[in-house]
Amino acid sequence: MTLFNRLVKDFVEAIGSMSILFMQTIYWTIHNLKTGRFSFKNLLDQMSRIGVDSLSMVAITGVSTGAVLVVQIGYQFAQMGAQSYVGGVVSLAMARELAPILTSIVVAGRVGSAIAAEIGTMKITEQIDALETLATNPVDYLVVPRFWGCTIMLFMLTIFTNVVGMIGGSIVAVHQIGLTLISFRDSILHMLLIQDLMGGLFKAMIFGGIIAIIGCYKGFTTEGGAEGVGQSTTSAVVVSIMMILAVNYFLTVGINNFNTAYLQ
Amino acid sequence: MIIVSNLQKSFGPKQVLKGVNLKIYDGESLVILGPSGCGKSVLLKNIIGLMKPDAGQVIIDGEDITRFEQKKLDALRMRMGMLFQSAALFDSLNVEENVAFGLRRHTSLSNRAIHHIVSEKLEMVGLPGTNYLMPSELSGGMRKRVGLARAIAMEPEIILYDEPTTGLDPIMTSAIDELHLSLKERLGVTSIVVTHDLKSAYRVCDRIALHFGGQIVEIGTREEIINSPNPIVQQFIRGEAQGPMTLL
Repeated sequence: MTLFNRLVKDFVEAIGSMSILFMQTIYWTIHNLKTGRFSFKNLLDQMSRIGVDSLSMVAITGVSTGAVLVVQIGYQFAQMGAQSYVGGVVSLAMARELAPILTSIVVAGRVGSAIAAEIGTMKITEQIDALETLATNPVDYLVVPRFWGCTIMLFMLTIFTNVVGMIGGSIVAVHQIGLTLISFRDSILHMLLIQDLMGGLFKAMIFGGIIAIIGCYKGFTTEGGAEGVGQSTTSAVVVSIMMILAVNYFLTVGINNFNTAYLQ
Repeated sequence: MIIVSNLQKSFGPKQVLKGVNLKIYDGESLVILGPSGCGKSVLLKNIIGLMKPDAGQVIIDGEDITRFEQKKLDALRMRMGMLFQSAALFDSLNVEENVAFGLRRHTSLSNRAIHHIVSEKLEMVGLPGTNYLMPSELSGGMRKRVGLARAIAMEPEIILYDEPTTGLDPIMTSAIDELHLSLKERLGVTSIVVTHDLKSAYRVCDRIALHFGGQIVEIGTREEIINSPNPIVQQFIRGEAQGPMTLL
């Protein structure tokens, strides 16, 4: 088998296995909700870990992106006499694309790697086998809370990124570009629609699910010792980021089509 | 009774189990001896359903568990306990949460009742008052004993021990063996012990099986094994580097 054929086969197998893992996660979620066995404690634990792990990095990313955007477009717009659009354009760029994408990339690096490392270590130290001998399905116990934790927290963290991005942008707009806070705010309120915000948040939730499933999958397929855990961790981050960027295009097209068809 | 019949398992081109046949009677303590890497742990994982064999059967109480669906397998596992070679304690949970894991997930007992059972089991394994320690704060021997407390928390009928004394000092090894014997006496459990520690095997066994080359090459009581004319058995119990084991 040539190297190309083997790579294609491995890729298709990985996508298939991740899809099965996703379906199992949905199955166990519904099953646990129906039987009243859904562990909200585990979910809250995961949400708090994901949030705490990522908050500072997300804050820095958000402030910096908002500020840089205003610097980049503020002077150009001022030259054209379009200062009143600065706030609106920055908020649109943040809400639709930059906040969900950058937050997801930060979380993929911070949380996706941690998930892969944690489950990978459990795999090589027989803790996954121990779960099974205690009549506990590893997908139910490990994947379900991480999947929903990532999905919900990406939604919340993206809102946070939007807010701190606007704060960073407004500071630069007022002190460097010479806009007033009122005109910056009015521009946002005039141009930014709720569907722009919701579209970005929807994308962030999908990215959260992707990060969790890839992190868990890489953890479950870890082999060998510490080296194997290291490889899974790196691979989880790389694959998650690539997948986020690839899926983002299709989601953007889909959301735009939806907005055009139903909301305009 | 547990019957292992013509069990076969391969990993890629390497066939680890080449038709293993075994019978383990109720309340018996069977020790499976064999050199490292000969597939003893694989055999144990097939018996508890963690691995699916390529061929053969594992019959427990008249039913072939290799054909069990997940729900039935989980019901069976609640009647079984397993002590792993590395203890396999959950890193993120403390001792009490580890031992109580099965009780919390599969029973409707109150927190107080569970705490009482956990403390009782920890007392049985000689670790009273360690409820709130994390696994990282325990020594190797303590981890194994907590692993054993977790394995017996649901009062199983069958306990599988995967190299319970590997890496332990002689005193701790002796303590684990005594624990094994006292559990057998107090709870009347059927035990399957996988080890390559002869001294420990002699102490805890009712019968010994020697696993080598993917098959059981000899099975019998301690005396029968010691006096076996089989050169493989003799090489193993004498610990000789030269002999049929190296030739195979």
